[in-house]
This record gives sequence, structure tokens and C-alpha cells, in this order.
Amino acid sequence: MAVAMQPLSREAPVRAAPPPIIEVAGLRKSYGRTAAVQDVSFAVSEGEIFGILGPNGAGKTTTVECVSGLRARDGGDVSVLGLDPQQDRDQLREVVGVQLQEGSMRPMLKVWELVHLFASFYRNPRDEAELIETLGLTPKRNSYYRSLSGGQKQRLSVALALIGNPKIAILDELTTGLDPQARRETWGLIEQVRDGNVTILLVTHFMDEAERLCDRVALIDGGHVIALDTPTRLAEREGGGNHMRFRPSGPFDDTLLTRLPNVAAVDHQGSRVVVSGTGDLISVVIHALGCAGVQVDEVQLESATLEDAFVRLTRHALADGRSGQS
Amino acid sequence: MNVVVATPPRRWQWGALRELVVTEFKQAWRAPLGLGLGVLVPVIILVILGIAPALQKNVPSTSTTYMTEYVPILIGLVLVLIALVSLPIPLVMLRERAFLRRLSTTPVAPRWLLTAQVLVNLVLALVAMVLIVGGGVLFFHVAAPGQLGGFILSALLATCALFSLGLVIAALAPNPGVAGVAGTVLLYPLLFFAGMWTPRETMSDLMRTISDYTPLGAAQHAMLTSMQGTFPPTQSLVVMAAYAVVFGFLAVKLFRWE
Repeated sequence: MAVAMQPLSREAPVRAAPPPIIEVAGLRKSYGRTAAVQDVSFAVSEGEIFGILGPNGAGKTTTVECVSGLRARDGGDVSVLGLDPQQDRDQLREVVGVQLQEGSMRPMLKVWELVHLFASFYRNPRDEAELIETLGLTPKRNSYYRSLSGGQKQRLSVALALIGNPKIAILDELTTGLDPQARRETWGLIEQVRDGNVTILLVTHFMDEAERLCDRVALIDGGHVIALDTPTRLAEREGGGNHMRFRPSGPFDDTLLTRLPNVAAVDHQGSRVVVSGTGDLISVVIHALGCAGVQVDEVQLESATLEDAFVRLTRHALADGRSGQS
Repeated sequence: MNVVVATPPRRWQWGALRELVVTEFKQAWRAPLGLGLGVLVPVIILVILGIAPALQKNVPSTSTTYMTEYVPILIGLVLVLIALVSLPIPLVMLRERAFLRRLSTTPVAPRWLLTAQVLVNLVLALVAMVLIVGGGVLFFHVAAPGQLGGFILSALLATCALFSLGLVIAALAPNPGVAGVAGTVLLYPLLFFAGMWTPRETMSDLMRTISDYTPLGAAQHAMLTSMQGTFPPTQSLVVMAAYAVVFGFLAVKLFRWE
């Protein structure tokens, strides 16, 4: 549990549901006898940052490789901008920018040369100088690739994924190996990219990254989607709920609170009270106690984090797998 | 569905190929493996051999200087260094670093990078060959090729044969280290049968027959014949062409992009 005042709600803004830009249904992919992806389905709307989360080896990378057309699927349906990644690979590559997990560039080429090279691959590339500026690489535009720091290489690889003016960017393990400062910069950048009307499919195993960036996340484990929701709702529902800790101005009857629909338990710890539950605890508790003439002081909210949800969900999946085998 | 991108795929991506060639040249200039090894080393050897007075004399009972005999061998050296070292190692490195894979997520097929890499090394090989023949003729008593057409044809076929071999190495080697070892291991017998250490004239009949069927033995024979003014024997040309076709086919069949 992270002890912090967090914004209580970070729901996706309500809009008229746009048609999905990526649709994956019943995706399957095996390598030899190992089933990497067994049944993965999700849909991504235009303008979303959609996270694919999961432990190492869960099938995240395989899933996005089937979406980007790098790998042929064994079964299921995938539609990206109405295209089939396998049959329409050539058309898809014009509109989907990909950043790969591993991989490096020609070491003795300069930043602007690499951006220029990749721009020549596309019909309608973005403005090279502007993109270099957006990614904060202008001071490094004449530096050789091999002299760049990890964060600069990562920003360049984001630039190269965006240079073709894609409608969708697929970013795999974007911030692995970056220092905290560089991670934050990269996150800011991704939000900027989304504001530029690019839909983003983000593969990550960092919960803070998903919590900060993603509108919705699919949690994949053992080749299955085991949860799919907004990070806030996932954290609340699966992470063990929120805990509101406060000092009341005087004694009160616990039933005042326990009868509230989103309160699960009330616990007295000395002069403090801890109320556990879901949703917007603070306002309902303050309101209920206020009506009974009790003031509330020194409020702290411990929200369940996505990480709590992740740990619980993947642990369940692990336990289920074990019991299923015995 | 909101967006359908109805654009036919492009078969020929000249703009991208041009940029790939330009950047591969820059890379080759800044990390001069092929330039140093494949061009500079043979030219330096030419100069060292050329300064030795003994090599400017005629081979006994012929009108050919020893230097003239060495020119096709040096061209063989150029070809092994460029085709077996400078060509495959960067390709294997690019595959290992997933650059070829990265390219295959763009509209440009990775084969264009392969094409650019081959073009750059072809240019290096051409420069080295021109320097060796030109330098030899101008400064070191090498006879200008009497049968220029035959000479160019022989050099061209030798280049194709060796580049095909190099691409098979690039296709099979799992990492740059293995590619380097494979190139070096192949390099010695190829140069030996070209007459690098024992001139073909002094080889036993059996050795020379074997040499006739190796790509550089055939190349040395064909080029030397052309330099002496006669069109190269069909057998040598066929041997080189056969290597080019067989190994070229294998390279295409076996090449892995990731």
C-alpha cells in the first residue's frame, strides 16, 4: 500500500465511444510446444494509451508482435485500423510505428542521420527537425548514436517510431534501464504524443508507469488476459480497497459508517480510526460523520495501487495453475 | 472501421535505398573495417612487393614479371577481405542487434539494407581493384591487361563468387564472432590455392588441378591469361560462375532476418 494523498478518481473522460482502432479476439500463438499466448482479447479506442501489463514471459511482447505484424498468429482475429496485420503488412507498416524492446542502431551514424534515414522509409514523414526538438534531442542532433546515454537512445527510438506519422505507436518496455529522471521525461513525452492524436499501445512491467500513463490496462498472465480495466478501478477492485485514516473530534457509533454501501470495515486504533472500503471514501465518511456532528481531522488515504492488484491477481493465477495441475 | 488505408505497397523504394546506401557509406567511412582491411592492406602489400627488385624481373622462360603474376593474387586478397570479412560481419551484427527486425517494422523491407551493404562493399572492392591494377601498371612494371574485356569479366565473376560465399557466412553465422572465424578459416585455403604463398606455376599437377576448381585459383588463372593478352579459358569462367550461382542461391535460401 502506498501511503499518499492520491487523486480519488482518474477515470477515462466520458466521451461518445469511438469505434476501436485495434481489435484483438481470441489471439493464440505458440512457439513449438510452448503456448506463449493462449487466449487474448481486447479492444483499443482511438486516442487511448492502452497498457499491456504482466510478469516476464506472460506473453505481452508476443501479443503486440502479432498486432504489429512482426509475427504470424496461430489463431484468433486481429484488426488494426481495419487491416489484418498478416495480410496487409505493407499498408500497416505505413501507419503503425514500432519501438522494439531490444535493438540498437548503426553506432557511427548521427542522430539527425538516423532520423533522416527512417523518414525516407515513409510516404508522409513528420518534420524531422520538429520531431528532434519535441524529443529534446536538438542538442544531440550531431552526436553519434554510440555516444548517446541510455535515455537519449530511448528517446531516439521513440522518435524513430513516430517519424512516419503513425496513427498507432507500439512501445515495448519503454523505460527499462532508464534512471528515474529519464523515465519521467519519457512519460511526459508519451502524453505529448497522445495529445498529438496517436493511439498508444504500451507494453510494460512497471506498475507506476501504467498507473501514470494508461487510460486502460490489460493484465496478461500465462498467455491469458486476467483483468482489463482502468488502472484506478483495477487497483480498487483487486488491490484490497482503500483505507481512510483519520482522527475524529469525538466518539461515534460505527454503524454510522458500516451501513454506507462502500465501507467494508471500521477499525479503531487508539485515537485514530481506519475505514476500509472502495470508491470515494473521504467525502462519504466526512459527510456521514458531519451529519452526526463529528468533525474529521488529519485525514490520510491509503489507496490500493495497481501494484497491489497486480500482485494479488498474478498470485491467484499462479495458485490456480498449481491446483489445476495437482 | 474508421480508417482504411488503401495504398498499394511500393515495390521499388528508391528514396529509401538511396538513403540506406548513403548512410552505409558514412558508416563505412567512419568505422573503416572494409576500407582499412580490404583496400588499404592489399595496396600496402602491392607497394611493398613493388619495391622489391626481385619481383620486377621476368618469371623464367616467360615475358611476364613476377609483379604481374601477383596482381590477380592481390585482387583475390581484396575479394576475400571485403567479401568474407567486411561484408558479412556488419550484417551479422545488425541482425544480432535486431536492426534488421526494426527495419521490418517499417515499410522498407530489410532486403534493401542487404542491397545497400552489398553495393557499398562492391564499390570498395572496385576501388581497391582499380588501385591495384592501375598502381601496378603505372609504378611497378605490371603489364596492362592485354585482353581488357576478358580481365573485367574474370574480375566480375570472381567478385560474384566471393560475395556469394560471404553472404552464405552472413546467412549462417549466429554472431559476429563466428562470422569472423568462418571468414578467416576460409581465407587461407582460398588464398593458398590462388598462389599467395606458392605460385600456381610451381604447384604440383594435383595441386594445380585442385586450384583450378577453387574460386580464386580459377580467378587467378583467368585474370593472368587476360593480362597476357588471351581471352580467359571457359573452364575458369564456368567455375567462378558456378560458385556464384550455387552459393548465391544458398545465401538467398538460408538468410535469416532475425
